[in-house]
Amino acid sequence: MKIGVPKEIHAGEKRVAATPDVAKQLIKLGFAVAIETDAGAAAHYSDAAYVEAGATVVKNAAEIWAESDIILKVRAPELHPVTKKEEVDLLHENQILITFLWPAQNPDLLQKLAQKKVTALSMDSIPRISRAQKMDALSSMANIAGYRAVVEAAQHFGRFFTGQITAAGKIPPAKVMVIGAGVAGLSAIGAAKSMGAIVRAFDTRAEVKEQVESMDAEFLELDFAEEGSGGGGYAKTMSKEFIAAEMALFAEQAKEVDIIITTALIPGKPAPELILEEMVASMKDGSVIVDLAGEQGGNCKLTKAGEVTQAHGVSIIGYTDLPSRLAAQSSQLYGTNLRHLLTDMCPKKDGNVVVDFDDEVVRGATVTKGGEITWPPPAPKLSAAPPKPAAPEKPPASPEKKTPSWAGPVIAFVVGAAALLGLGAVAPASFMAHFTVFVLACFIGYMVIWNVTAALHTPLMSVTNAISSIIILGAILQISSSETVIVWVTGFAVLITSINIAGGFAVTRRMLEMFRK
Amino acid sequence: MSEGIVTAAYISATILFILALGGLSSPETAKRGNLYGISGMALALLATVAGVTANLEILFVGLLAGGSIGLVLAKRVQMTEMPELVAILHSLVGLAAVLVGFANFMDPARLQHYIGVELTIHDVETYFGILIGAVTFSGSVIAFGKLSGKITSKAMLLPARHWINLSLLIGSVWLCKSFVEQSTSGGGVIPLFIMTGIALLFGVHMVMAIGGADMPVVISMLNSYSGWAAAATGFMLSNDLLIVTGALVGSSGAILSYIMCRAMNRKFLSVIAGGFGTKSSGGSSSAEESGQGEVVEVEAAEVASLLVEAKEVMIIPGYGMAVAQAQHIVCEITKTLRAKKVNVRFGIHPVAGRMPGHMNVLLAEARVPYDIVYEMDEINADFPAVDVAVVIGANDIVNPSAQTDPDSPIAGMPVLECWKATTTIVLKRSMATGYAGVQNPLFFKENTRMLFGDAKSSLDIVSKNLG
Repeated sequence: MKIGVPKEIHAGEKRVAATPDVAKQLIKLGFAVAIETDAGAAAHYSDAAYVEAGATVVKNAAEIWAESDIILKVRAPELHPVTKKEEVDLLHENQILITFLWPAQNPDLLQKLAQKKVTALSMDSIPRISRAQKMDALSSMANIAGYRAVVEAAQHFGRFFTGQITAAGKIPPAKVMVIGAGVAGLSAIGAAKSMGAIVRAFDTRAEVKEQVESMDAEFLELDFAEEGSGGGGYAKTMSKEFIAAEMALFAEQAKEVDIIITTALIPGKPAPELILEEMVASMKDGSVIVDLAGEQGGNCKLTKAGEVTQAHGVSIIGYTDLPSRLAAQSSQLYGTNLRHLLTDMCPKKDGNVVVDFDDEVVRGATVTKGGEITWPPPAPKLSAAPPKPAAPEKPPASPEKKTPSWAGPVIAFVVGAAALLGLGAVAPASFMAHFTVFVLACFIGYMVIWNVTAALHTPLMSVTNAISSIIILGAILQISSSETVIVWVTGFAVLITSINIAGGFAVTRRMLEMFRK
Repeated sequence: MSEGIVTAAYISATILFILALGGLSSPETAKRGNLYGISGMALALLATVAGVTANLEILFVGLLAGGSIGLVLAKRVQMTEMPELVAILHSLVGLAAVLVGFANFMDPARLQHYIGVELTIHDVETYFGILIGAVTFSGSVIAFGKLSGKITSKAMLLPARHWINLSLLIGSVWLCKSFVEQSTSGGGVIPLFIMTGIALLFGVHMVMAIGGADMPVVISMLNSYSGWAAAATGFMLSNDLLIVTGALVGSSGAILSYIMCRAMNRKFLSVIAGGFGTKSSGGSSSAEESGQGEVVEVEAAEVASLLVEAKEVMIIPGYGMAVAQAQHIVCEITKTLRAKKVNVRFGIHPVAGRMPGHMNVLLAEARVPYDIVYEMDEINADFPAVDVAVVIGANDIVNPSAQTDPDSPIAGMPVLECWKATTTIVLKRSMATGYAGVQNPLFFKENTRMLFGDAKSSLDIVSKNLG
């Protein structure tokens, strides 16, 4: 099948749906790849690189839309700003379109796609199950957005992130607060931390505390118990009392920190308003707020989507295109996500994709098929975050501890004593003397061997092997016999036991030589 | 030489042997311990050889030829082949016990020396010496075959094997009786030979029924048997040095077997009775349920970057590392990482490998310093602080279902809790189950990454990418 990658037409969009690397791997899977001229130029992937990867470069966008079986895009189809043509109109029946579609926000678009009988897969609808992590474009983009948010903050922040003591004086480290420790939040924590800032993070979901702390950041906690996990790895709206406590915490932190990065989103709802105007006013002059929720209305009251605004001496960054601002990186990750999806949809690796509704991932992502709208999909079976333990877990298998019975040792003792007495009654004195030695030797062995360190168990075996060849004495004692058979039998026994003696000691020595600090 | 001097020499030899074993309590004193052992043996040999009156030439030829064969063997053996060497050396002790027993029985002076009860006891001692010797011999030969791959390492389970064993046991007791009765009149050769045959069969059957991963128990058990055989011979010859030494070796092997069994949470008898999972059918269904999940593969280059970025790395080697001969490259990686200030440690499960302490010897051979090699009990609590745990060719010893699934055939077996590390990397040739035939939920955990392929070649690539 032929894959077409048109150039993105959205104003300012620099990403491209396939990098030369991705194209190469798709061709390996048996696909033919066509790319529009300069599609990757904004992300610094040249046409020549695509040609080198084996893709064909096509001048005319219409040709790509017309001739490809699969269209890979980043942004949802829209009106071309120059030619005034709707991208949707370029699609034809049975074509497969894979891109971000945001089906909840774009019902009209879904309608149009269904009318055209296009099979459309939306990358933002891929279920968040562990198998689909490699195709989770939302996480890829969130990761980049989090990183870029810190870079943007650094750009507008007039000081170092890291603390230093220089000859010219002491520089305190910047204090960063990250609200919402999802993928973007964690990525921001990591980036800020590695630049040397003091990082604090807040999230309504208590389960992320560990993740935040694992990145060496401080997890801010409310003195208030309410679980904020809303299933599917997302947060839910919290109660009034909780929000009040939360706001008090933010107000207090705002006075102290230099940079606030907010990433709080609740699926299908406007972003919660967390940073009020008076909090902004209370921040130090020169502070920075990066609001990743700008598109959904912003976590900060003063955020303007897509812009940097100044208020009360604070720069408020509301960019909504952070992934696009790191176009090479985000194209690469997004392209790889697409490739993983196509790999899964192309089980025979023969360049033919199957839209298999039994596959939970494909089912979840497919929003229109065969003229019907298939969104929303049936609820996913699994959540990426561990669901609330529905059934109480079985207690770990603990071996039943029996109270040691006193009868066992007593019986053993009585039987042992009786056996010894019985033996003593019949056996001659000479035997009993040897027997005494035997029993005592067993006890010495017991005491000595327990002290042997586990690391030396193999040398222990080889050395005991060597000394058990003391049996050679038995052979030597009898070798002086006048019977020829006995002489030869014992002679042979001497031969094999001396193999053992020499071999055992020598190999033990060799092994022990190797043990070194 | 006077009797007294010989006895004095024997006492010194005994003490030296005990010191030799005591020396093994730490690697620092172990070399000295080995020297004690050698001097003890030399002393005992000297004292005994001094008493030889005839056939000295045969004796010396035997000593020299055997000694040189032994030295060559010890020099040539690969450290990965240690279990095989130990097994075949055990078989020699067993064979010697049989030979010495027969030689003693054939000695006509025996009937003049012992009378009445003493003769009976002497005969029983001879009989037992040969019996244990023969079992040790054939069992060790089979163990050698299994370890070297000449015989399949799978457990061979005959239908009525417990009954076969029982009848062999009853048969040998009955033969013992008839042997003792006949020997007073100078006969008894036939029951003795039949018993030797039975004992050989028993040894073969016993080890055949035991599978590959139970080999540590078998080897230490055979080690123990070779000791008991020496002790029985000592009783037969009324020689205290043999009795003491045999008892030392016997209890040493018995303790090792016990340690190995405890490490697998199995009863000694059930290991010896052979076969794993005779009742595991119930466990497999639940294993299948929990086995559902996604395995995440990883590239060797990615493993390298994970290792470089980690602060704490724990390596858990298993038999797979020995098979792939990967210990040297493991050591290379360890060195590189330690130079980069990564704290690399090794966690050794007691039954990792095919004999007690197998992994320690392999790592020592590759020059991994022994002070970073830890026992399971020492490091199991440290896993939560470990960034990357690397499991090389191990399976059952890192299976979390031993703790979580009471129906699992390995439930209750102590395991290395590597899944508590931030990331666990498992090197494995395929998704095949381990020896116990239990699916390992570790592979499906979210923080587990699988690196498939031959351990050595995978690690070669990892090592190249550490740079």
